[in-house]
Amino acid sequence: MSVALVTVSRREILQPKMVKIYVMGREYLVPEGLTIHKALEYAGFRLIRGVGCRGGFCGACATLYRKPGEYKLRIALACQNVVEDGMYLVVLPYTPIPRVKYKLESLKPDVGLVLKLYPEIARCVACNTCTKACPQGLQVMDAIQAIKRGDLAKAADLTFDCIACGICSMRCPAEIRHANIFHLVRRIYGKYMSPKPRHLEDRIKEIEQGKYREELEKLKQASVDELKKLYASRVIEPEE
Amino acid sequence: MSMCGYPSEIKKLIKYVEETREERLKKPYRRLSLEEREKLLKEWHPDYKPGTKRPLRVGVCKGTVVYNEVADLLEAWPLIDPDQIDLSKVDYDVDVLVIGSGGAGLAAALWAIYSGVSPDAVLLVTKLRLGDSNTVKAQGGIQAADRPEDSPILHFIDTVGGGLFANKRDLVEALVTDMPFIMKWLEDLGAMFDKNPDGSYVEVSGGGACRRRLHCARDYTGLEILRVLREEFLNHDVPYLEFTPAIELLTDPEDGGVSGAVLYNLETGEYYVASAKAVIIATGGAGRLHIAGFPTSNHYGATMDGVVMGYRVGANIVHLDTFQFHPTGVAFPEAIRGELITEKCRSLGAQLVNVHGEQFIHQLETRDVVSSAIIKECAEGRGIITPTGAMGVWLDMPMIDMLRGPGTIKKALPAMYRQFIRHGIDITQEPVLTYPTLHYQNGGIEIDVFSRVLRPNGEPIPRLLAAGEVGGGVHGRNRLMGNSLAGILVFGRRAGITAAKTVKETSTRPKLSLKHLEKYIEELKSIGVPRERRSPILLPDYRGEKVLLRSLRIF
Repeated sequence: MSVALVTVSRREILQPKMVKIYVMGREYLVPEGLTIHKALEYAGFRLIRGVGCRGGFCGACATLYRKPGEYKLRIALACQNVVEDGMYLVVLPYTPIPRVKYKLESLKPDVGLVLKLYPEIARCVACNTCTKACPQGLQVMDAIQAIKRGDLAKAADLTFDCIACGICSMRCPAEIRHANIFHLVRRIYGKYMSPKPRHLEDRIKEIEQGKYREELEKLKQASVDELKKLYASRVIEPEE
Repeated sequence: MSMCGYPSEIKKLIKYVEETREERLKKPYRRLSLEEREKLLKEWHPDYKPGTKRPLRVGVCKGTVVYNEVADLLEAWPLIDPDQIDLSKVDYDVDVLVIGSGGAGLAAALWAIYSGVSPDAVLLVTKLRLGDSNTVKAQGGIQAADRPEDSPILHFIDTVGGGLFANKRDLVEALVTDMPFIMKWLEDLGAMFDKNPDGSYVEVSGGGACRRRLHCARDYTGLEILRVLREEFLNHDVPYLEFTPAIELLTDPEDGGVSGAVLYNLETGEYYVASAKAVIIATGGAGRLHIAGFPTSNHYGATMDGVVMGYRVGANIVHLDTFQFHPTGVAFPEAIRGELITEKCRSLGAQLVNVHGEQFIHQLETRDVVSSAIIKECAEGRGIITPTGAMGVWLDMPMIDMLRGPGTIKKALPAMYRQFIRHGIDITQEPVLTYPTLHYQNGGIEIDVFSRVLRPNGEPIPRLLAAGEVGGGVHGRNRLMGNSLAGILVFGRRAGITAAKTVKETSTRPKLSLKHLEKYIEELKSIGVPRERRSPILLPDYRGEKVLLRSLRIF
């Protein structure tokens, strides 16, 4: 089998195409193909705010931008999305979304409680701006509507991939504090509504009764050769 | 949004992956023997590459060999001059000081409170926002031996074998026997794990595990655990400071034990003095040191601060001559190179293949072994070269939907689907290019089963505890998948419990000093460490060279 390997010219590596971006209005020339974070660093910014995991999980880097000649306000995650020529951008340093304290172990798990803690849910006008703003592509408005209907299971499922970047709450005309509401709903679902795990209590009981103590003691004392033998003789369970 | 996908030269190569897929789906690849694994590691794993390490020249572990990047941090000047800090004015006078807000720090704070410490007698400080950590980036899952077909014994043997038999075994015992209880705790806190309709957990295999033992929450497992812990922490009204890392520990000269820390406001430059009866280091890992020149999957603040501070007060160091290079980092697109492609992809059946479409390793060998195999494949010319000159092999993602039914990828790996579709690559249709990425600090400052930090002579340093990635011993020389989320919670909890006990036993407030730095500074002088080399570094500096060359420090 003959395979043509990809060849790259040195020039292409050394001299990337440059694009113009406007960081909070100020123009910078940066190489094409960089994430917004890396472009900011290339331009000379040392990041403290608006940066976290750099992998799309923590929601620290909500970014708003517009392109020349467009009225549309676009959103991005600075760690995930690459720069585009002509971008006017700001990475939000912070999104103020105050939370309400609650005691999970003593609350009554129903929708009345969620509405009591976050009454603004009732103000949702179903404009769908939240959904359009979500960098994760979640059905945010559907989740709010599900909560209003009392379908917490549905809301927990729809919002599971929420990274709490806060963009929806910054855009919402009803001023809903989405991420904190979703945290609460998922915990209610997890604690009170999801099926209880099987086996777990049995295993905990066995451990508490000392079922494995003696064997673990032996393993702790075993020589490396004995352990190697045990390790090599394991039977690996097949995949389902 | 840029939706470029693969360049045509690379796209053309995908047909070789597709050609062999049918055949690979039928026949599982054989596993390697212990001897074959050892050989592969010695020849290809970065840990065995000459010229990347050196013996330490200062501190309590002089002579201990560590990676150069680690030695550079430990053989470095403190950020503060002891004379410049006024310790007579205490800004925060607390019982328990927790440094770090990932899973270990939050678990420690909560268990200190459960064990009797008043929430307002705790102070948690963190370098970035509350919860910014590697924990949120843990995707694949958490190991707990709860199925009847499984047992803590098997979890123990898998962990010790995976760790190349170098693990501290009493720590492993704590790990495997606490984990079912930790799962129960997470259930009680309302964490949502993937379950079957009868309530049993969906459990898949991790590399090097002999049972299906990995509990997951889609591929957001760490995020789900972290946000539940953070909610619980916030409900307790515990005082915390964001953007305020600890930069040096304080010690009581009478017993050499720890008595607090110097904190630093990253935004204003102000320092604060915190006094505590117990200090818990939960600062996480070190990916941002780019050990051996690798890109990393770690969060922005993973700069080994805790090891630096702990070592200066006399903590023993274990296994810092070994790091985990996760087999499947992103090799393309360049914009996200080094980010993680979760091992769960391989748990669900995705195989690794070279440029010819040939499989070259069982996808569920331990991480060190799979990484070595990928590095070998690329070094011997069977990899794929990307437009920026990086190398990689294929991870055959579309197999997952073929094996487990259409829709599996979008349901079980939504973060992975998003990560690639943002760059125009649809992983339900196309394989992805992957190469090892710096992922985990296998070792660290040595702890015991009570999460106490130990000196080289095995004695605990009074009032100093550590938990999570910063602590060394439990994972040996290679950590298994799903044992990091387990480790942060098991030892975070134990640290919190020990801290509460320590507070009860400490009637008088320990004195504050920076005396431990005196000898350290003498040693730095004697080996001639350049003055500009200082640590902890707190954050990496990725600013462009062009800018740094012309940078003036005026304002």
